[in-house]
Amino acid sequence: MTEAITADQTGADHPLLARRTSKRWLITAALTTAIVVMPVLSVIILALFPEENIWPHLLDTTLPRYLITTLKLMVGVAIITLFIGLATAWAVTMCEFPGRRFFEWAMLLPFAVPAYVIAYVYTSLLDYAGPVQTTLREWFGWRNATDYWFPEIRSLEGATLMIGLVLYPYVYLLARAAFLEQSPSLFAVSRSLGHSALSTFFRVVLPIARPAVAVGLSLVLMETLNDFGTVDFFAVQTLTAGLFDTWMNLGNLGGAAQIATTMLAFVVILVTLERYSRRKQQQFAARDNRDPIRRFTMSFPRQMICVAVCALPVIFGFLLPAITLGQYAWEYFDESWNTDFIRNTLNSLFLSGTAALTTLIIGVTLAYSRRLHNSRGMQIMMRLSSLGYAMPGAVLAVGVIVPLAAFDNRVDSIMRDTFGISSGLLLSGSAFALIFAYTVRFLAVSAGSVESALQKITPSMDMASRSLGHTPGQTLVKVHLPMLRGTLITAALVVFVDVMKELPATLILRPFNFETLATYVYQFASDEQLARSALPALIIVLAGIIPIILMSKSISGTRSIS
Amino acid sequence: MRLKLAATALAAACALPIQASADGEVNIYSYRQAYLLEPLLNAFEEETGIETNVVFAKKGLAERLEREGRNSPADLVMTVDISRLNELVERGLVQSVDNDTLEQNIPEHLRHPDGKWFALTTRARLIFASKERVEEGEITTYEDLADDKWEDRICTRSGKHPYNIALFSSMIAHHGEEAAEEWLEGLKDNLARKPQGGDRDQIKAIHAGECDIAIGNSYYYGNMLNDENQREQAEAVRLIFPNADGRGTHINISGVALTNSAPNRDNAIRLMEFLSTPQAQKIYAEANTEYPANPEVEPSGIVAEWGEINPDDLSLQEIAEHRNAAVRMVDRVDYDN
Repeated sequence: MTEAITADQTGADHPLLARRTSKRWLITAALTTAIVVMPVLSVIILALFPEENIWPHLLDTTLPRYLITTLKLMVGVAIITLFIGLATAWAVTMCEFPGRRFFEWAMLLPFAVPAYVIAYVYTSLLDYAGPVQTTLREWFGWRNATDYWFPEIRSLEGATLMIGLVLYPYVYLLARAAFLEQSPSLFAVSRSLGHSALSTFFRVVLPIARPAVAVGLSLVLMETLNDFGTVDFFAVQTLTAGLFDTWMNLGNLGGAAQIATTMLAFVVILVTLERYSRRKQQQFAARDNRDPIRRFTMSFPRQMICVAVCALPVIFGFLLPAITLGQYAWEYFDESWNTDFIRNTLNSLFLSGTAALTTLIIGVTLAYSRRLHNSRGMQIMMRLSSLGYAMPGAVLAVGVIVPLAAFDNRVDSIMRDTFGISSGLLLSGSAFALIFAYTVRFLAVSAGSVESALQKITPSMDMASRSLGHTPGQTLVKVHLPMLRGTLITAALVVFVDVMKELPATLILRPFNFETLATYVYQFASDEQLARSALPALIIVLAGIIPIILMSKSISGTRSIS
Repeated sequence: MRLKLAATALAAACALPIQASADGEVNIYSYRQAYLLEPLLNAFEEETGIETNVVFAKKGLAERLEREGRNSPADLVMTVDISRLNELVERGLVQSVDNDTLEQNIPEHLRHPDGKWFALTTRARLIFASKERVEEGEITTYEDLADDKWEDRICTRSGKHPYNIALFSSMIAHHGEEAAEEWLEGLKDNLARKPQGGDRDQIKAIHAGECDIAIGNSYYYGNMLNDENQREQAEAVRLIFPNADGRGTHINISGVALTNSAPNRDNAIRLMEFLSTPQAQKIYAEANTEYPANPEVEPSGIVAEWGEINPDDLSLQEIAEHRNAAVRMVDRVDYDN
């Protein structure tokens, strides 16, 4: 049912797959990659022309701390997200406990909360002047901050916790999809050979799920690396903070681009290492949907542990922030309830929906091209097209402006010279620019998850389909896409919610008078008045929940329906 | 069905950008929150019938303007800090405006010598002191902030924030880099906690007893007084206009500049003029408790109660020029850690 085959035996070099697999796929993939990689390239080119060499100053002063802080933050977030993500994904997939079906989708709820929002909420709750400390002071009769010790939320640890709480769903989503796709008989075999459930988890389940978990974790780490809102608010000095300082305060965009490029290299090395470490592995699991998962039945205390493990992240990552926002929204209702509201919501939904669809189509195209042509070049294209995710949104936005504005101005010149009319700016400052930016930024999410799911479909499927006379395109539509349904839905969901929350690129690239929910919230939040925009913030969270519920239902549906 | 929806969505995405620079509009790139501009722009639209369009962002607008080049639809850039204005001038993105109304309404020290930017409001960077724990007259100057007696008693936001950078730049301008750095080290030693949050958070910290002294912009305090949920916290502090008896209190500006490309130049200048008129200046003063740049307009009631302000007459240009030095100084002193 599941076969582990070494690389040279895989379908990659099989004549049926390789022969005349319509060059069109390769050309399409190459063109797409070229377009998508342009903004990243623009940033790298900017890095070649700094206003001034910033490195001596940085090395002398802040760089070592930026680096160490960044590493600490990434390691911390990795530990938190892996622990929560894997434990809960395993629990809801394999264990039977009260509320399991609820937690299946509820685990995703924190994903709808932007990190900058959760950071604000917890600060207002846990600050000296917040309700928690005030209550404690009243109970114990402390007079001021010198009378007692209380953990400081605005710290590296605080930021780690905040970011981990809202990002673990990446790991959860991909791990759960991978667990669901694994054949239950594998597990049964391991158990019958004398392994405990825990040892089976580490020796069989996790290694098989590793490509998916790695994708999830690398998404988490890239988001962490690029987070600006939280670290800025908590005054945690990461590389991103240094980058923006160089750009905004030292007025050195080239220097900032250099830091961004360095961070990019950092990510590339990380991802390459992970891939290298499993270079010999190739896994194909024919999914056996008729064999239902037999969940563990457990003693009552163990069930309660499962409930607690699943409930805590949801309470702290979603419920508490949502309630706090709700309370603010109530207090400031009159100021935030206005007519712009529906328009902003529609804008957000439109952008998120379009971007989710675009990234999905491009992601499938790239991942499938790679399956058809498993060449070095194709592999490199795959990696290149995902680079946008590893770059801070604001820097990427500048990278998007450069080629778009160059294109617009070029067309304009030609039009002026030949027809004497000015075409002005066609693409820059339009919704197109935004969707382009989102695609570049979030392509890694869709391409990565589709790729890792495709890897698990045995090439004999392709061979069978092709030998029955289907073209690669027909095979994709008739064979792969139906099998990938769960993954496709997951990928679309993640991009949808991500775009909904995306802030820096949206701010810089949007057309005139164009507000999304996130930009609307930001204009108050950045003026230290998040309370006044609690209502739209709550709507971002709620709007993020709807697709989560819909799509999560259909993921688990794939298993029982088919 | 889904495909059709997608196609429609994509088509709509491409149709959205159509924004001909028709007559009767002004396009603004703003570093200032759109909701703060809204009352002003509404008043302008009502009076002139000229439509206004805004993009607000805190980063990247200068880059967008530069790359869009001669085709940029932007007419005006509005900022909340002198250094952003200065940057626009240095990168050659804005043009001179020679206009009698503006020159009449905005005093000379609040505009660029060649009319490349005009201030619209000024904001003072003040010291807030606990009413309970700090005696009146105990602290009167920025220099005092470095005094040992305030050890573990001062709170500020990040030293890298433009408002602090501008204050530190003015210290460099007055005392030279070396003395300013010594002063900043003294201030850092007096911090009660790692710099964090915004200006309002520092006032809240005084109310909470975490510190006794804070630095912040005047309007944050004014706006807290106007917000019934924050009034109590604001009332815990006393306002101090530093160096009022000496060289004057450090001020920063929010301002406006005309872009090189400005497709709607005439309308844009009309808006600039309008923003400098008493009518618009009054809105600024009321809505955000800032000081109007037009000397004929009185500050709002709350602000007027604070008394006359004696602003430092150091040129804003000079403050902007010391920005880089100030940023590096903050790094060397390791202020934020």
